[in-house]
Amino acid sequence: MGKGYIKLEIGDAMAIDEGLRSELSKQGVFTTTLEELLSWGYNWGRKNSVWPLQFGLACCAIEMIAASMARFDIARFGAEVFRPSPRQADLMIVAGTVTKKMAPQVVRLYNQMPEPKYVIAMGACAISGGPFKEGYNVLKGIDRYLPVDVHIPGCPPRPEALLHALITLQKQIEQDALRGAKAPRHLKPDEPGEFPVPEYGPHDLTPSHNPEVWKPPVVIREG
Amino acid sequence: MTAYDPYWFLAVFVVAAAAFGLVPIGLAKLWAKRFAPPKPGRWKNATYECGLESKGSAAIQFKPNYYLYGILFLIFDIEAIFLLPFGVAFLELPVGAVVAMLVFLLLLVEGLAWAWAKGILSWK
Repeated sequence: MGKGYIKLEIGDAMAIDEGLRSELSKQGVFTTTLEELLSWGYNWGRKNSVWPLQFGLACCAIEMIAASMARFDIARFGAEVFRPSPRQADLMIVAGTVTKKMAPQVVRLYNQMPEPKYVIAMGACAISGGPFKEGYNVLKGIDRYLPVDVHIPGCPPRPEALLHALITLQKQIEQDALRGAKAPRHLKPDEPGEFPVPEYGPHDLTPSHNPEVWKPPVVIREG
Repeated sequence: MTAYDPYWFLAVFVVAAAAFGLVPIGLAKLWAKRFAPPKPGRWKNATYECGLESKGSAAIQFKPNYYLYGILFLIFDIEAIFLLPFGVAFLELPVGAVVAMLVFLLLLVEGLAWAWAKGILSWK
């Protein structure tokens, strides 16, 4: 068998023995299943056309704008089409301080995005509250309400950091399977597509976090 | 040689054009049916209002008042454009053209009278 021989086998991914597969690949025989081929094409298309939501909250948004301009040029990664409507967006870049007044709107916008949807929490405020963590009016990280895919530290992170986060997200998308345990959230029928929108309670946002996506850290004191 | 209709290729083109649009849509529908579970919900189906809750319905009625201004524009602006060449070429025109122009003017004057009677000429 010469190099470049392609064998298409229709069936279960488990049907190919991993040892046999690596042995064959050493001999120049590439084996795959129809489902692997389909998921490869699906992921390739999705990862190279991640359209972000045009949505900035604070100074990190300036760095996000810089990343979309000619010097850094996010278009090189297929993500230059910032959409002004959540109906057309795949990626929510939470760029900046999420105040408690803004948090319900952020969650609602995320809920209005069609599947598949991803979240990048950009900057110290979006991932933890940042310099305002001790304050009374800033949410201590958007991951309390949304399933964040990539966190970017920095205050604000440079555009290269946002590009790196996008590349990280693309690598995550690459790993997705179409079915089974490795399938992403949006392909599992029982996983939620919407997340509860917090409301203003008498003292704070209620609920203070979504227990399905975030659990308070447990402090273990020794001795 | 068999005779054939030279317009047959048009039918082929129509079928090809329809298939060009419909086949990808059909494939996408099949893909969605097979792999992507639909997840509609209260917020996803809500009217999009920059993340805020929308108040009331988006399908409300507007009063189409603009047509009144359209009529007045036609009478005072468009008519002048037609009247100028009409006046310049008046002596060389055949009778039919003059009559046609007068009918056109009459129609516009009728519109003016109607607008006047409706009271839209008075400043409010």
